Amino acid sequence: MLRRFRLEEPGSISEASELLSRFGENAKVYAGGTELLLAMKEGLVQYERLINVKNLKGVSEVTSADGMIRIGALCTHHELETSALLRDKLPSLHKLEQNVANVRVRQSGTLGGNLCFAEPHADPGTLLIALAAKLVAEKSSGKREIAAEDFFVDAYETSLQADELLTEIRIPVPAPQARSAYLKFGYLERPSVGVALAFKLNGGLSDVKVAVGCAGPAPRRVPEAEALLNGKSREEAARSLVEAGAVAGRASQAISDLHGSQDYKEHIVGVLLKRAFQAAAS
Amino acid sequence: MARPMTRHDAQLIPISFTLNGRLQELDVEPHELLLDVVRERLGLTGAKRSCDVQVCGACTLLVDGRPVSACTTLAFEVRGRSVLTIEGLAENGKLHPLQEAFIEHGGFQCGFCTPGMILAAKALLDENPAPTEAELKHFMHGNICRCTGYKKIIESIMAAAKKMRVKV
Repeated sequence: MLRRFRLEEPGSISEASELLSRFGENAKVYAGGTELLLAMKEGLVQYERLINVKNLKGVSEVTSADGMIRIGALCTHHELETSALLRDKLPSLHKLEQNVANVRVRQSGTLGGNLCFAEPHADPGTLLIALAAKLVAEKSSGKREIAAEDFFVDAYETSLQADELLTEIRIPVPAPQARSAYLKFGYLERPSVGVALAFKLNGGLSDVKVAVGCAGPAPRRVPEAEALLNGKSREEAARSLVEAGAVAGRASQAISDLHGSQDYKEHIVGVLLKRAFQAAAS
Repeated sequence: MARPMTRHDAQLIPISFTLNGRLQELDVEPHELLLDVVRERLGLTGAKRSCDVQVCGACTLLVDGRPVSACTTLAFEVRGRSVLTIEGLAENGKLHPLQEAFIEHGGFQCGFCTPGMILAAKALLDENPAPTEAELKHFMHGNICRCTGYKKIIESIMAAAKKMRVKV
C-alpha cells in the first residue's frame, strides 16, 4: 500500500529543478515509477511529494545528428525497443532494451529513470559505459555532461546533484568497424551479472571497452581487462579472454547474495565476456 | 524524514478516462493505485493483486492497448486514456476468441493468472497477429502461471491467433 503524498506537475525542467531545491529530500522525481513505486510500497523510502516529469516536452525523442545519437531521458524501454534508429545504429542497445525485465516494465519504465534510480541489477548502465555515453544533467542554472562511467557512484547513488535532472543520453554513432555486445545471466527476475564489450575491429582490436554490472553495487568499466585485449589480433584477443575475464570478474566487486556467490558471479563474468567477444567479433 | 501525510492533506485529481469503452469520471488521490481504483472503487475484480512488484502479471490491464501492471501504476496516469479490463473483452455477450480458446484448450486451471494472460495475449496479437512461438514466449515472459506449465496457454493463444486471422 502506498502512503499518501502530494503530486507536483512542473511545466519545465527548470521548474522541476526548482521544486527539487525547494523540497530537498522530501521530494523525488517521478517518471515511469517502475522502481520508485516498488520502494515506496515496501516502505523503504517515503516522500512528501513526487515531482511528475513524465509530461515534460522534448525529453522523449531519439535523434541522430553530428555523429551523436541523443536519447531523451523519458524514452520508455518500449519506445527504445521499437526505435528504428536505435535498431540501425546501436543494435546492441536495441537488443538490450528488448530484454529489459518484461513487457509491462518496458511499457512504463524510462531509460532515464532506470539510470537515476541506479538499482544495481539494471542492464543499461553497463552497456552505456562501454559505448562511451555521456549523460546530460540539467538544473535551472545550466547543464553539464557526465561520462556514463562517472555517473554511478554506488548502489542507488549517482553523481547527480540534488537539484539536477537527467535529460539526455548521448552516444557517439559507432564507426562502421565498431562492434559491441551486452550479455546478461540470472535465474531470478533480475540479472545476476551483466557484461558489455565494445571495440573497433580493423585487422586487430582497438578502442576496447569492457564494463561489468549487476554483480556488485554499481556498473564499472574495467580498464585492466581492456588493456589485455587492446591492440591484439582477433586470434590473440581470443586467447587473452580467459585472463581478461578473470580480471573483469575481480573488478566487478561481486558480492555474495541471493543472485549468487561472489565466486560464482566472478566466473559468470568471464563466461559472458568470452561469449560477448564471440557475438561481437563474428 | 518526511512528515506523514493525513487525509487532511488529500489532494484530489479529477480524471476522466475510457473504461471498457465507457467514459468514466472520478477524483483520485495521487497515491491511489490503478489496481485499487479498478477493483475497490469500480468493482471490477478480474485483475488480481499478487506479487505487487511487476513480476507476475496477474494485475495486467491494457492502457491504450498496451499491457501495464495495475499494481504499480498510479491511477491518475490513465487520465485521457483508454483502459481495458478482462470484463470489457467480451462484446455483446460473445466471448473474445482468446477467451474461447483458453476454454477450448484448457489454458487455465485455477484461473488466477488468466485475466492477465488473456489481456497480455490480446496486446500481442493486436500488434503481431501471427507470432512465432519464440515471439509469443518473449512477449508473455512476464506473465506467470503456477498451474498449467504454460504448454496449454501457448496452445490457446496460438489457436486464438489462427481463429482471429481467419475472421479478419
